[in-house]
Amino acid sequence: MNPVILAAQDPTLADFGKDPWWLVLGKILFAFVVAVAATLLGVWFERRVVGRMAVRPGPNQAGPFGLLQTLADGVKLAFKEDILPRKADKVVYFFAPVISVVCAVTALSVIPFGPMVSIFGHRTPLQVTDVSVAVLVVLAFSSLAVYGIVLGGWASGSTYPLLGGLRSAAQLVSYEVTMGLSVVAVFMTAGTMSTSGIVAAQGDGTRLTIGGFDIAAPGWYAILLLPSFIMFFIAIVGETNRAPFDLPEAESELVAGFQTEYSSLKFALFMLSEYVAMVTMSAFTVTLFLGGWHAPWPITLWSGANEGWWPMLWFFGKVIMLVFVFVWLRGTLPRLRYDQFMRFGWKVLLPLNLVWIMVLAGLRSIEDWQTRDRLLVTAVGAGVLLLATLFWPSRKKELKPSLQEQADTRPYGSFPLPPMDLQVPPSPRTKRVLAEREPANVVAGPDSREV
Amino acid sequence: MTSATVLAAAGQVSGGEEVTFWILAPLALLGAVGMVWARNAVHSALWLVLTMLCLGVFYVLQAGPFIGMVQVIVYTGAIMMLFLFVLMLVGRDASDSLIETLRGQRVAAVVLGLGFAGLVGTGLYRALDGVQAVGLDEANGEGNVQGIARLLFTKYVFAFELTSALLITAAVGAMVLAHVERRKADRMDQIATMKARFRPGNYPGPKPGPGVYATSSSVATPARLPDGRLTDRSIPEILPVRELTAEETAPKGTDK
Repeated sequence: MNPVILAAQDPTLADFGKDPWWLVLGKILFAFVVAVAATLLGVWFERRVVGRMAVRPGPNQAGPFGLLQTLADGVKLAFKEDILPRKADKVVYFFAPVISVVCAVTALSVIPFGPMVSIFGHRTPLQVTDVSVAVLVVLAFSSLAVYGIVLGGWASGSTYPLLGGLRSAAQLVSYEVTMGLSVVAVFMTAGTMSTSGIVAAQGDGTRLTIGGFDIAAPGWYAILLLPSFIMFFIAIVGETNRAPFDLPEAESELVAGFQTEYSSLKFALFMLSEYVAMVTMSAFTVTLFLGGWHAPWPITLWSGANEGWWPMLWFFGKVIMLVFVFVWLRGTLPRLRYDQFMRFGWKVLLPLNLVWIMVLAGLRSIEDWQTRDRLLVTAVGAGVLLLATLFWPSRKKELKPSLQEQADTRPYGSFPLPPMDLQVPPSPRTKRVLAEREPANVVAGPDSREV
Repeated sequence: MTSATVLAAAGQVSGGEEVTFWILAPLALLGAVGMVWARNAVHSALWLVLTMLCLGVFYVLQAGPFIGMVQVIVYTGAIMMLFLFVLMLVGRDASDSLIETLRGQRVAAVVLGLGFAGLVGTGLYRALDGVQAVGLDEANGEGNVQGIARLLFTKYVFAFELTSALLITAAVGAMVLAHVERRKADRMDQIATMKARFRPGNYPGPKPGPGVYATSSSVATPARLPDGRLTDRSIPEILPVRELTAEETAPKGTDK
């Protein structure tokens, strides 16, 4: 494990738990406000972006650029009638949306928004709290958030919500496995499970000297652990029930899935939790793979980029970028079929993840070898892999018979086919009439037309 | 190490730990009792979830943050979720029946259960009273997760691997038992299904619906073909053909 050179602004675990009560309260309030504001702006952002993608303006009436549209929708939703289905399980029906929201918001508490800053004379990290297993805390809350959806579906006491709930139970348990395994690669590289530690570990890339130039190699795990990053992002799209994995609320199949029976504020809570979860998971991805609050490359040339309050700007910039990717996916991809989705999770993502972790463990175990041996082993391994993919016997494809051949070989008495060339012969019963007309203003000779 | 270790430092109980314990311990007990008493299976499972969450926090209090989080992720997040999955399929109105099959069984169970709980409780209390916990700082010296990992992959690696082999065997066994193997020849893709539909001898259109008459609109009533015969294809195979009375089978005239 490379000793991570900690800069002065990088908080360590020892820096937490020393704040006065008003500062703790302020940080909690800040995280909560971030969550709620992210929802208000997130819904607007999504509708505008999807609108642009569909070549239409999107909401643009309420407030400047339609910014207040979500607020108006929220107020309208709050004044709607709150319907409690007769067959609903009252207590569970009430608590399900609450569980969803609480889990989504609480996970924000271990996300580092920035480095050590000074607030009214107190030097404190811009993060509510951090523990030695902070990443697992986020995973735990995301696994508890499933209860909201599943119980909401069950407690509604009707069929579509129940189906949506069942789907979401299976979906989230499956994709949680992939998510957990992708994070393992980060643990192995960073050597810690605390979110602030992982961010600090990404701030310090290896320095390479090529041709006399001192180049800082990127330290972001999105580059170092690219396969993990891709699989992790796919998994969190599944985990947050976003398109193309929004099977629990598939409108075309299940009406609205688990939230079919919900109305008014309870429905608003489900909506809130969906968008908060999207932002929380984006922030989590930024923390784990995109360097957290560290500035991206061209900005790092300015020495003050990672100090003071500036990093919060980089952090939220990255989060907005990821939220845009979420919206982009929704605007682009059609929803997967349920069996395809499950097969993808268990038969593609899971084995790939396991193989990748094994390869990474192998690479790390030869890290203290001599450079020559290390290069040799890696080159031989990569060469074998390359040759194997090159010379892997491919299944020979049988030549498909042409359409005409297929049509000719059909058994006698088959269902009649229209002619292949699509030229319908004129029916003999149609009477042919030739219309003789005076040409209107044309100089050409008399024209005859078949009617 | 961190504040978590300080919390559970040997022999002393800090204020925060005590407050958390006295809030969560009654909740954990409530969950346990509720799980036994709830009539509805899903409610039982939810009470159990409450107890498990409280246990997870207790582990964290006892300077085992890793095991606490694993308790929440694995037990509450995955295993209880699968339990719920099955319970939801059972149906939401499925409740326990209160009929005793064995006379006096419930009273005996309550007495024996209380007796067992008393035995275990007093035994534990007498065994642990005045015991000073030692070695926690050494165990968590290089970090809680690292400590557990070191033990798992050195001293207990054989037991750990055996357990995982056992679990995998069980999982594969369950899959083999539940999996319906279909031969490749029997598998029909969309094109094959379509071709079979238009093969001679198969009528590609929809089947005729069951008969709807003034006297009967049951799905077991077969439909009538244009030539007046009844058709079996209009009723599901599992339903017995309904015996129609002569009055019902007779064509309804409009000239009455």
